[in-house]
Amino acid sequence: MTLDIRDLVVEHRSPGRPVVRAVAGASLTVSPGEVVGLVGESGCGKSTLARAACGLNPVTEGSITFEGRPVAPLGLRRRRETGIQMVFQDPYASLNPRRRVGDQIADGLRTARDTAATPADLLERVGLPRDFAGRHPHEFSGGQRQRVAIARALAARPRMLIGDEPISALDASAQAQVATLMRDLAVDAGAGLLFISHDLSVVRLIADRIAVMYLGKIVEVGDTAKVWADPRHPYTRALLGAIPRPDGMGVLPAELPGDVPDPANPPGGCRFHPRCPLVMDVCRTEEPGFGPVACWLHEPK
Amino acid sequence: MTSRSVLDISGLKVSIGGREVLRGVDLSLTEGRVHGLAGESGSGKTMTGLAVLGLLPHGARAGGRIALGDRDLLTLPPKELNRVRGGEVAMVFQDPATSLHPMLTVGRQLTEHMRHHLGVGKAEAKARAVELLGKVRIPGAEDAYGRFPHQFSGGMRQRIAIAIALACSPKVLIADEPTTALDVTVQAGVLRLLRGLCDELGLAVLLVTHDLGVMSAIADEVSVMREGLVVETGPRGRVLREPEHPYTRALLDALPDSSPESPESPDSSPEPSGSSPDSPPGETS
Repeated sequence: MTLDIRDLVVEHRSPGRPVVRAVAGASLTVSPGEVVGLVGESGCGKSTLARAACGLNPVTEGSITFEGRPVAPLGLRRRRETGIQMVFQDPYASLNPRRRVGDQIADGLRTARDTAATPADLLERVGLPRDFAGRHPHEFSGGQRQRVAIARALAARPRMLIGDEPISALDASAQAQVATLMRDLAVDAGAGLLFISHDLSVVRLIADRIAVMYLGKIVEVGDTAKVWADPRHPYTRALLGAIPRPDGMGVLPAELPGDVPDPANPPGGCRFHPRCPLVMDVCRTEEPGFGPVACWLHEPK
Repeated sequence: MTSRSVLDISGLKVSIGGREVLRGVDLSLTEGRVHGLAGESGSGKTMTGLAVLGLLPHGARAGGRIALGDRDLLTLPPKELNRVRGGEVAMVFQDPATSLHPMLTVGRQLTEHMRHHLGVGKAEAKARAVELLGKVRIPGAEDAYGRFPHQFSGGMRQRIAIAIALACSPKVLIADEPTTALDVTVQAGVLRLLRGLCDELGLAVLLVTHDLGVMSAIADEVSVMREGLVVETGPRGRVLREPEHPYTRALLDALPDSSPESPESPDSSPEPSGSSPDSPPGETS
């Protein structure tokens, strides 16, 4: 088991505001060479979970271990754990505009004490020409920038790659390519990949397992094909049912009523019950604390 | 169909800095119908929308004709065009987080152009604004009037942006990727809203989107653009199920297979390396 997240709770505290439990007891594992897709609506805490897994957010409760050792939230300049690398959402913000991309990739190589590889080799691996190393980020398109960001993350020889919505800032035409590239590179290197996205169609393309998150909890985990073909949690069903299909039939996708509730004040019982079409009495009072499908309809016997 | 054409674009050409981005686009929008404009990024679909509103980037030159009734929007003097913009032709942009002004209340943004275009008084504008907020199904419309954009979720913000666009009872609504920035569950609601408003108010909608699923859900006609040209136009069912143009077929084939098995087959081949931008044909998802 490479990355093991257990009963993770992350709270955001800001003065004058109620404490927000962005992640409220989530468990997830990612094995080497495995691609796990984490999906959910915006505001469900998936990015917070990813940042905590990387040591960028302090953990309130629960544990995150990587290869048996806890992931400690260290300052950026004295990170000891470089086995986990992250690719951020917006390559326009995550790359330093004033440094050549080759130098930025070289930072990663230095972290891994890798003297054999050069930045040009890494550019080649992400499908960019070798001589682009001398260029600055503004000379690239969005998709190419994200490739550079991936190259930089790979340079540190990660054993775990985390992508926090790495494709949502890209043009539609580049999204599938960049996602598949991340999958291929991570699997080739034998690293695990935790891929976070709200775009289910892309996650389905690259993930081995899908984890569905709702309001700080993981409500369903399963093999991608299984979840796609036979979603069991009502929320997963709603998510999949809302994807419009390009069949030319003019069918309006099903609407999930209501908004994601305020995580500072989550509903009691099952967190999904106010929006659930199949709500029962037990859902309003008791929280389903089991897996892989956290729903009273699918309680393990 | 007894509906009549509201906006006719014929032979629209736009060049920016000597490069032709639109090379003769023909489109026609009819009352109460949604016309979808598909194509990958860089194909000129957004430019087409912007040209209708005279919002082309600085230095762009446009030729051809955009006829709204008997007026040609391309040759209209700026003052007249200002009367059309936001009045008869309105636009909804991709990202409601940036298209709404963060420091003005929703009510202010809803009434400002209403008072300008329609010349209505303060109280009347407010009443209309609250009614509009109700129409786009914002809960607690009266309260929402005095709140700021950051107090709403993404889907609610896009609904507000739609309400603003509808405030002056436009004939034509241009929606540029109106649901791309939203979650799928929220997208479904906004699509239903757009479709309902189109049917109810007899709006002519130009829906610019790369998402063929969205297209299939609400468009009546579909046009597919490539490199500044419309390569195929037709009713939704025909274009999406029996495409005539090979490019349309390539777009449809590039979609993740909708059958449940085979999650292992990434149908997007890795893009050929090179200095080309990330847009080989047939890669739109």
